[in-house]
Amino acid sequence: MGKALSGIKTRNYLDKSGKALGKIPKFAEDRSTLKDLYRLMNLIRIFDKKVVSLQRTGKMGTFATSLGQEGVSVGIGHALQKDDIFVPYYRDQGILYQRRVKLIEIMQYWGGDERGSRYVYNREDLPISIPIATQLVHAVGVAYAVKLRKQERAVLSTCGDGGTSEGDFYIALNGAGTWNLPLVFVINNNQWAISVPRAIQTKADTLAQKAVAAGIDSIQVDGNDVIAVRQVVSEALAKARSGGGPTLIEALTYRLGDHTTADDASRYVDKSDLDKAWALEPIIRLQSYLTKKRILSKKEEKQILETCKEEVDQAVAEYLALSPQPPEAIFDYQYANMPSALQEQKDELNYSLHPY
Amino acid sequence: MKEITLIEAVNQALMYEMARDENVVVLGEDVGVNGGVFRATVGLSEKFGPERVIDTPLSEALISGMSVGMSVQGLKPVAEFQFMGFTYPGFDQIINHASRMRNRTRGRLSCPIVYRAPYGAGIHAPEHHSESTEALYSHIPGLRVVIPSSPARAYGLLLAAIRDPDPVVFLEPKRIYRLFKQQVPDTGEALPLDQCFVLREGKDITLVTWGAMIHETMQVAEKLEEEGIEAEIIDVATIKPIDMDTILNSVHKTGRCVIIHEAARNCGVGAEIAAQIAEKGLMSLLAPVQRVSGYDIVVPLLQLEKYYMPSVERILGHVHHIMEYA
Repeated sequence: MGKALSGIKTRNYLDKSGKALGKIPKFAEDRSTLKDLYRLMNLIRIFDKKVVSLQRTGKMGTFATSLGQEGVSVGIGHALQKDDIFVPYYRDQGILYQRRVKLIEIMQYWGGDERGSRYVYNREDLPISIPIATQLVHAVGVAYAVKLRKQERAVLSTCGDGGTSEGDFYIALNGAGTWNLPLVFVINNNQWAISVPRAIQTKADTLAQKAVAAGIDSIQVDGNDVIAVRQVVSEALAKARSGGGPTLIEALTYRLGDHTTADDASRYVDKSDLDKAWALEPIIRLQSYLTKKRILSKKEEKQILETCKEEVDQAVAEYLALSPQPPEAIFDYQYANMPSALQEQKDELNYSLHPY
Repeated sequence: MKEITLIEAVNQALMYEMARDENVVVLGEDVGVNGGVFRATVGLSEKFGPERVIDTPLSEALISGMSVGMSVQGLKPVAEFQFMGFTYPGFDQIINHASRMRNRTRGRLSCPIVYRAPYGAGIHAPEHHSESTEALYSHIPGLRVVIPSSPARAYGLLLAAIRDPDPVVFLEPKRIYRLFKQQVPDTGEALPLDQCFVLREGKDITLVTWGAMIHETMQVAEKLEEEGIEAEIIDVATIKPIDMDTILNSVHKTGRCVIIHEAARNCGVGAEIAAQIAEKGLMSLLAPVQRVSGYDIVVPLLQLEKYYMPSVERILGHVHHIMEYA
């Protein structure tokens, strides 16, 4: 590893065993908020597991779970306000859900139906970005528009640790700093870019320190401490909304699953490392805290899990009952005004489907 | 009325549309105080301020990618790349995002961006400053590619491109930026996209071209006239999607067609036009379709550049060749 820059701070509120390290943030004094965070992380884990099983039985396309990093996703989603704008990467189920993207829409997208990115309730957020780190540059443009119109909104965009090696990552940080934009970048440092470990991405000791060259603030946060993620992201968003400029947050977590359903992480992840990472995962962390504080009873916990399961099952049932789009839909959204040459090809498709 | 050049017409269109629509913003390298390396954006910063006429850091990927973010927010970015050879760092954002946003969100979001770039050779510029790679962009679904060939068409087509709800790659033939002047009334009237312009009518042969090559092709038509051959000249203007109806109608009338473009030949836009003539107009042809183009080579540096460019003589040679078919 290379040099650690002094001044990069790491924030956490719960230690590895789920014990409070000191004073917890104000929002976390509210018992129902904590229970909600606990519910959301479980919901996403149950959802991910269910979608993988759909994939294994041929009812879903390739899917990227967020197993192990639910604390990051749920913490960010909880910190964002309705008027903020979210520019996602592809492992953000916990954020999408709290942005009122429906579970069925997430399944539609990965199941190969473009209507999954139409977002019935959430018209301004961008769709999932598959190319790596390109979305961070879109976020610069979105934030520029927000600033130009003097709106009090923040823009937040996510990427993985691999994404920080892309030119677009540096380009976006640099642009955000140049115009002091209301923008928060969060790196989900889950230690893996498919099979390539964090150590091969960069000699830099932290990913957060990459912000220094762009002249913007940065901080590390324990991504498995959902309270810390929620707090650090809230602070950065508030700073952005009030004209304080951009922030880069590096959330430290661990990818406990495969990269996607098309991957087999057992080929390259050491079993003992994985076992160590499981001991630090975010749901158990919060559960220990809630149990110690007597905020969550066994009965409530059971109830929460049952409700989550019901919600996921219902969404899955609805997803499975959907009809595909009509074939000609593949032509209908290429342009606002369809060129006649394309209309000809649409007719060609229709003729091939109904020759008589 | 004062006559203006093609580059001044670009400036006039930008002035008009920025005043008409507050969502229009201009961004790029040196577009602010400096007014652009070719002076396309002169005076915009003074009139509309640096927040709408944005000098960006030197990063084409930033310019093209932030335009995506701006446009999904309802702004109408007109992004300038300084030369076509420098569009490639921004290519990823154009083909992976700008061109696909409407489709992948089923119409929820769209990217009404104009990506402007000067293109083409023949001005004795340094390496990487002479490319004509319009075919790369023409291959991409979701994009329009528009090339003006006169001050009036630069004005009208740029207005149309900015008002179009989808991304447009707007390539400006820099060799004729200041070659001739025209009166261009500043009425804010756009010209239609997706349509060819018939610049000269004739019954004997169809010459299909665009951009700076219009200049040579017009000279060819004048020489042919002296020989008693009436050439019809079609300026394709929107080269994606191509208005094949106009081209096919002309070929149907003349039975002969030469396609002239500065870009390299292999898989060039001329190949697409020739293929469509073969598919839909073969029976009208009296002679094989010809392409006169740049060669399939790296554009030479300035000393040998002239051998690359389709010349009046080269075009005439091909015309004479196919006029010999009965």
